[in-house]
Amino acid sequence: MNLSRRRALALGGAVVTVSLVPVNMALALTEETQGVIDAFTGGAAVAEGGVTLTMPELAENGGAVPMTVAAPGAVSIVIVADGNPRPEVITFNFEELSGNSEASTRIRLAQTQSVIAVAEMADGSFASTSVEVSVTLGGCG
Amino acid sequence: MAIKPRIKLPKTAAIDEVVTVKTLLTHRMESGRRRDPDTDEIIPRMIVHTFEATFNGRPVVTFKPEGAVSENPYFAFSLKVPEAGELTCVWTDDEGEVFEGSKSIEIA
Repeated sequence: MNLSRRRALALGGAVVTVSLVPVNMALALTEETQGVIDAFTGGAAVAEGGVTLTMPELAENGGAVPMTVAAPGAVSIVIVADGNPRPEVITFNFEELSGNSEASTRIRLAQTQSVIAVAEMADGSFASTSVEVSVTLGGCG
Repeated sequence: MAIKPRIKLPKTAAIDEVVTVKTLLTHRMESGRRRDPDTDEIIPRMIVHTFEATFNGRPVVTFKPEGAVSENPYFAFSLKVPEAGELTCVWTDDEGEVFEGSKSIEIA
């Protein structure tokens, strides 16, 4: 097959697009990660969206990766790192005077992985989001 | 108790204004997964397992960190200021040590 430069580029672009799409839709989680999420939700259905998780795409030092999560109306948010030896990272509980249910901290990531935030809303429903973080140097020592 | 925790928030705010609080504690947050390179024994976990913030005694946030929170833990969160008063933050670690700090805020 004789590929012109233009065709080759178009094909390459298509492959990249396809590989990017499914990340958020169907995460293959480890059993442990799923266990932590189920313990938090009690097995209830979890909707996508309504939660914003902000982390750098590339973290050079996995020992301290900045993380900010916000979910207006949430009473509780759990952060789970799918590629860590122990996936649970932190649980944020927002009470009477917590304003807009937003929190930041710095976390350890052992390797390149997905970090998931699951929020429990005031009405008892659950919402989640995830981000993919590339880690250059793992931080679980 | 070694070093005092640091808490940063605006000196003044309007009533019902949402302000950001930033806190920093010096703590090694030993995850309990590392091995001593000489003896090959696991170094026992020694982390801050609870962080609580209250404003004039009313709850603001409670955080439950695990071993995956970095050493010298930094926590930031929002506070809806109901009145002039004092924000108190309390950290509790695995050895039962309690770190406490507070900062007051005025109504502008």
